[in-house]
Amino acid sequence: MHDIDFDINLMEISKIEGHAGLQVVVRGGIVQDVQFKIQEYKRFYTQGMTGKKPEILPQFVARICGTCSNAHLLASTEAVEHALGIQITPQAHLLRQLMVNGLMIRDHALHLYIFSLPDLFDLDSLIDFDETDPMQKQFLHDALEVKAVGNDLQVYIAGRSVHALFIAVGGFTQIPTTDPATLISKLQSIRPAVIRLAKLFVEKQTKLNHPTTYVALRGLTGWSFLDGNIITSKKETIKEAAFRQHFDNVVIPYSQATAYTYAGHSYMVGALSRINMNKDQLHPNTRHDLADILELFPSTDIFMNNVAQAIEILHCIDESVDILTKTKFAPEQRVKPTKSDGIGIGVIEAPRGLLFYKVTVSNGTVTDGQVVVPTGQNQINIEKDIGKLVEDNLSSMNQAELEYEIEKLIRAYDPCISCASHFLKVKWDIR
Amino acid sequence: MDALSNNTKIKVGMFTFSCCEDSSIMFTILLDKYFFEWRERMEFVEARILRRSRTGSAFDVAFVDGAITADSQIQRLKKIRDMSKVLVAIGSCACTGMPAAIRNDFTTEQKQEIEFILDRFQYSDRVRKIDEIVKVDKYIPGCPMSTDAFLLALNELFVQFGHPPVDLKK
Repeated sequence: MHDIDFDINLMEISKIEGHAGLQVVVRGGIVQDVQFKIQEYKRFYTQGMTGKKPEILPQFVARICGTCSNAHLLASTEAVEHALGIQITPQAHLLRQLMVNGLMIRDHALHLYIFSLPDLFDLDSLIDFDETDPMQKQFLHDALEVKAVGNDLQVYIAGRSVHALFIAVGGFTQIPTTDPATLISKLQSIRPAVIRLAKLFVEKQTKLNHPTTYVALRGLTGWSFLDGNIITSKKETIKEAAFRQHFDNVVIPYSQATAYTYAGHSYMVGALSRINMNKDQLHPNTRHDLADILELFPSTDIFMNNVAQAIEILHCIDESVDILTKTKFAPEQRVKPTKSDGIGIGVIEAPRGLLFYKVTVSNGTVTDGQVVVPTGQNQINIEKDIGKLVEDNLSSMNQAELEYEIEKLIRAYDPCISCASHFLKVKWDIR
Repeated sequence: MDALSNNTKIKVGMFTFSCCEDSSIMFTILLDKYFFEWRERMEFVEARILRRSRTGSAFDVAFVDGAITADSQIQRLKKIRDMSKVLVAIGSCACTGMPAAIRNDFTTEQKQEIEFILDRFQYSDRVRKIDEIVKVDKYIPGCPMSTDAFLLALNELFVQFGHPPVDLKK
């Protein structure tokens, strides 16, 4: 093994959101360098936030990312509301809960079915699934149905699943009034497919044991993607507003995205972190039907992020069915600002992990904005996991096999590169 | 002629440049409803969001999402144009440049703040919409693209390449 020398250069990694590449250098059987390169060109949204009116800011920053635009809407709206002294109504909060649930179902399903599932069948694309093979046929039809229901839920609550229309500072501009019975029955109908999906990933996917620090939001009274405290697997609890005091940005010269460390070390955000630390808060029906699989958590295997996402889809279905069944929504006015100046922080769990917004408003205008996105936070961890995977498999795989395994690993993180190519205003060390 | 009797599928390429990829995501949402009709009619020879491999062959139709912000993207876009019979700009950034082109309108102070990044990663002097660089045959505007306009344009392309249109009323 000591005489193994090679370079891996993947110019463009497929089936992830956005553009990323990779360089791995192995000399004498030792991984000398791993560079996960976020190649997405910046559009400079952080700078562009300055000078905007706070009420239009959320629709502006939603354009940072197409796939998780509704997460950007939710987090930035919360930050603006905190800056302007707005406390939204319980009904608006429930609607936002349903909106984020719809996002999780659709976004996780896009990742699991379109991006990662073909790897489990050694196929190039979901397009290649063969309908004469009963298993492939089943999962192909599952894919289309599960994704569609996540889309339907977001359309019902927020008007659109990409750049949602109805969420606004202070609440919603439209409240759903049509009968949700069909939507409820569609949500219930996809439960068996999601359970099938979780079991398949447990059974067939690659494994990589490589512990790190896990970080996630934890609801104060139960599972929440929207509220609570930030907790870590090192047993620390951090208030949302103190986020930037604990997580440090790191400039990586070859990447267009800023990376982050916690207490000087890399960490992981996303579904795996959430399930590792919050599985006790999942919906009782989810806990019941996935009891065996939940026994596998906490896990230090990044590939279990795929399984964690499937678990979250089921939780989002079960919670949404509960809310839609028990709640009759009524028209209401948006809550008005109580002040025109202030600093607001919004932290939510986006599909890929913690999403942080800080907005400063002076005299009714945004004078400063900061965004910290999940993939930036995972960037260093991705590189470390790639190094571990290459080292573990150097003697048993050829270079092409290793490249495929690395691609699977990167896909397991479900990186969102459009989001990651944004950054805090940092001082770069230019050489 | 029905789709199955025309054995030649339309060779499709899907490309994204500087944008949030919202129109590509809308495409994957439409896939939920039209997967089987589209699979009969189109072969995705290059579509990073859908498949790992590339055949390297030319495209009957190239869909381009996003604006152009770097010289390397200009070269890539020209190459895609040369390889395509029909080029379709999808979404607002491809059709109008905005909102990807926000840096074009930055103040002097904002421009100074980002200058070293533009130099480090070889950005162009300004962000351009697609038809400033190559000929565009169809425009599907919207942020994200209008799915109705996209489906109608796709049906026109199906007919142009010898396939029946998809029933959009189902």
